[in-house]
Amino acid sequence: MSVGPSAAGPDPPDAPPSEPANPFRLIFRHRVRILDFLFRNSTLFFAVGILAILGTFVLVLVEGSKEPILRYGLNFVAGSTWSPNQAIFGALPFIFGTVMTSALALVFAVPLSLGIAIFLSELAPKWIAEPLGYIVELLAAVPSVVFGLWGLAVLVPFMRDTVDPPLRSVNAAASHAIHYPIPLFAGSVIGQDVFTASVILAIMIIPTISAISREALRAVPAAQREAALSLGATSWEATRISVLNYARVGIVGAIILGLGRAVGETMAVTMTIGNSDSIPNSLFGQGQTIASLIANEFFNDTPGSLYVSAIIEAALVLLIITLVINIGARLLVWRLVKGAGGPVE
Amino acid sequence: MRFDRNARRRWMNWIMSALALLCVVVALVPLGSIIYTAVTFGGHVLSFSFLTSGYPLACSPTPSQPTCPVGGIGPAIEGTGVLLALSSLFSVPPGILAGVYLSEFGRGRLGRSVSFFTDVMTGSPSIVVGIFVYTLFFLFFGPRGVFSALSGAVALAILMIPIVTRTTEEALRLVPNSVREAAYALGIPRYRAVLHVVLSAARGAILTGVVLAVMRAGGEAAPLLLTALGNPFGFQGLTQPSASLPPIIFNFGTSAYSNQVAVAWGAALVLIIIMLCISLTVRFALRSKLS
Repeated sequence: MSVGPSAAGPDPPDAPPSEPANPFRLIFRHRVRILDFLFRNSTLFFAVGILAILGTFVLVLVEGSKEPILRYGLNFVAGSTWSPNQAIFGALPFIFGTVMTSALALVFAVPLSLGIAIFLSELAPKWIAEPLGYIVELLAAVPSVVFGLWGLAVLVPFMRDTVDPPLRSVNAAASHAIHYPIPLFAGSVIGQDVFTASVILAIMIIPTISAISREALRAVPAAQREAALSLGATSWEATRISVLNYARVGIVGAIILGLGRAVGETMAVTMTIGNSDSIPNSLFGQGQTIASLIANEFFNDTPGSLYVSAIIEAALVLLIITLVINIGARLLVWRLVKGAGGPVE
Repeated sequence: MRFDRNARRRWMNWIMSALALLCVVVALVPLGSIIYTAVTFGGHVLSFSFLTSGYPLACSPTPSQPTCPVGGIGPAIEGTGVLLALSSLFSVPPGILAGVYLSEFGRGRLGRSVSFFTDVMTGSPSIVVGIFVYTLFFLFFGPRGVFSALSGAVALAILMIPIVTRTTEEALRLVPNSVREAAYALGIPRYRAVLHVVLSAARGAILTGVVLAVMRAGGEAAPLLLTALGNPFGFQGLTQPSASLPPIIFNFGTSAYSNQVAVAWGAALVLIIIMLCISLTVRFALRSKLS
């Protein structure tokens, strides 16, 4: 084992040249360096790989929907007729359905989630807040498809028999009194409709919004509360005046993240929205979101056909919508979660 | 006058606290209802043989045969097990290594943007991930290669990677710098310090992240409907379609036959029990870790 210095490669720069080189030491040093280099770069490889996956996402979906993109151009997102038999593909009903259900879900979920976050982080004593917080978060552990099954068995009949008829009579009374029906609550009630889908979406995004709002409230410095309390404010007043105001950016971020989740939710919506390819004319109308379109119609034609490519283009539209929403939300939440911890090294 | 105003403020405080508590209660009603319904509709089919026997055939009760055989979800359990093992294999090692980069090496612009887009990726809809993997496999392997256990596992892995990466990053950031310095002071090379010292100091939190990722993947039905598809015989090889639990709940839950709907509820109950147990375990493990 007589390996000369030349065989071990060039001297590392930090080895003093005057010292007679110990061959074993040299090999050892190089080995360490090479392994360090390899390790560092393999972690880099996987980190960049994540960016690559996201990039491939867009590329692959564009490649898969080349034909309808070239054929329909902007008419795809602007056209309101979806008629595969006539090769007319306008995705507006689904974009509309997605926006409508998500917006409605936010209307229901935001006040509830903020109430939960405020109660758990500001008003409740700790021994009550902690277990309640766990239980609320359990809602996030229920799979989407189970929500759908529950929606079919419990929520749909409940909405049809208990919630919707009074709303319809409001509509009837309005059309009787002021001769102007409220179009939101028009039409016959069958339970599987845009309204029910929105309610189920609201339930599903409550844990997201309340958990991140809680983080935002937790990030408010204690001095902020104490200042208000020391001036004689009640805990609600301290929350309203000094805490909510301080945390509003994070709360907006939480709401947008909830929106992002609602927009992409598939199974529960597919099972409750009623699945119709036209724009619903009231809350009791049947509709379709982009996600439910994919789940419902993907197998209606052979892979590679124009129909399936059009559905892939709809998925591309959905991806772009959620990317925009999530980038916006993360930019708002980022500073809050990230800013606190300093660099490790 | 002054007394009145203060009394009003105290009332306001009380009312707002009560309203906030009401929000919590309202949010818990669906959770309670879901668990209650799953137990009433699915509890009676649950047994050991339910977990192992094959799917029920479509069957409606007739005078000559008043009850239909319920069958079970054996194939789905088998398929889900294989799919989750495969997707963990595809996602955990890369995810952890990427997390190591973000925490230990990636201090610059690149690290920050990877970290940011990993978060963004967590929000991409699972159905879009499904359609992405479908299209990818279609482009590379043609229509015959699309529906397979492999494509299902890849789809689930894509959903898991961002979760594993970000929790690893967060976990490693919590390891005090003195631990790294102590390792370097012993002359340990950097890669060994990270692999043996830093990673093992954070292994509990990383494991939590992996469990959370498996949990997310285990509940997903949408991407599997487009990739692994389903298979009444469970798992039959990487290139064959594979059964799994969540899609079965969708397929049987929307069926017109009451025995299949009962199986959907049984499967839902199994899934809920697994998810809630994991979720609670992770919570308490994490809490004892932090305190």
